[in-house]
Amino acid sequence: MTLTDFIYIIIIPILSLSVILILYRFVKGPDIVDRVIALDLIITTGIGFIGAYSIYTNRPSFLDVAMILALIAFLGTVAFSYYIQKRNK
Amino acid sequence: MTDIIVGAFSFLGAIFILLACIGLIRMPDAYLRISVTTKAATLGIGLLLLAAAIHFQDFAITTKVMAIILFILLTAPVSGHLIGRTSYFSGVKLWKHSIMDDLENKYHKASQELKSENINQSDEISENLEKDPESKY
Repeated sequence: MTLTDFIYIIIIPILSLSVILILYRFVKGPDIVDRVIALDLIITTGIGFIGAYSIYTNRPSFLDVAMILALIAFLGTVAFSYYIQKRNK
Repeated sequence: MTDIIVGAFSFLGAIFILLACIGLIRMPDAYLRISVTTKAATLGIGLLLLAAAIHFQDFAITTKVMAIILFILLTAPVSGHLIGRTSYFSGVKLWKHSIMDDLENKYHKASQELKSENINQSDEISENLEKDPESKY
């Protein structure tokens, strides 16, 4: 089994399963805070997805997207927490 | 040899991300969920990106990967703290078996003020607020 097969058969299905599990929490989540946490974790898993996919396709330029995504995840969480706190005032 | 190391690192990273997701499903409380996801996901992402760096063996890509890992290590605790603070202030309940709440009686809901010493929710503060709603007692 080559590395490409290993990534394709094992790593990417595990990551897809994790995204499905997070989506369950995102839909069910009893509070809006749980949904924000789930969204943050979905984006973080997306960064991992991009890393695995750049190994699979042998193209390192995908990692630029991962950097942008890491920035956006942080900004999104900060903005969500700021506005949820403002809403309760 | 490099392929084996890359496979082991990426497998460990994927397993850690999966564990974080199971924790997100199983934990009973928003605060425990924050605690699980920030720690486990940071380690999983770090291992996956490190596997990419080992696979390409290029100085520019290694620098990029190190920048992403450093950024995630810096921002994950900050965003976890912010969202935990927001959920406490917006009134998310703790789990019924949680034994410690350090902020109990230290946060006044109506005026949204946080103090180091215990404040009494009922007396003078609410009186002051009734007299003059604009003042920050």
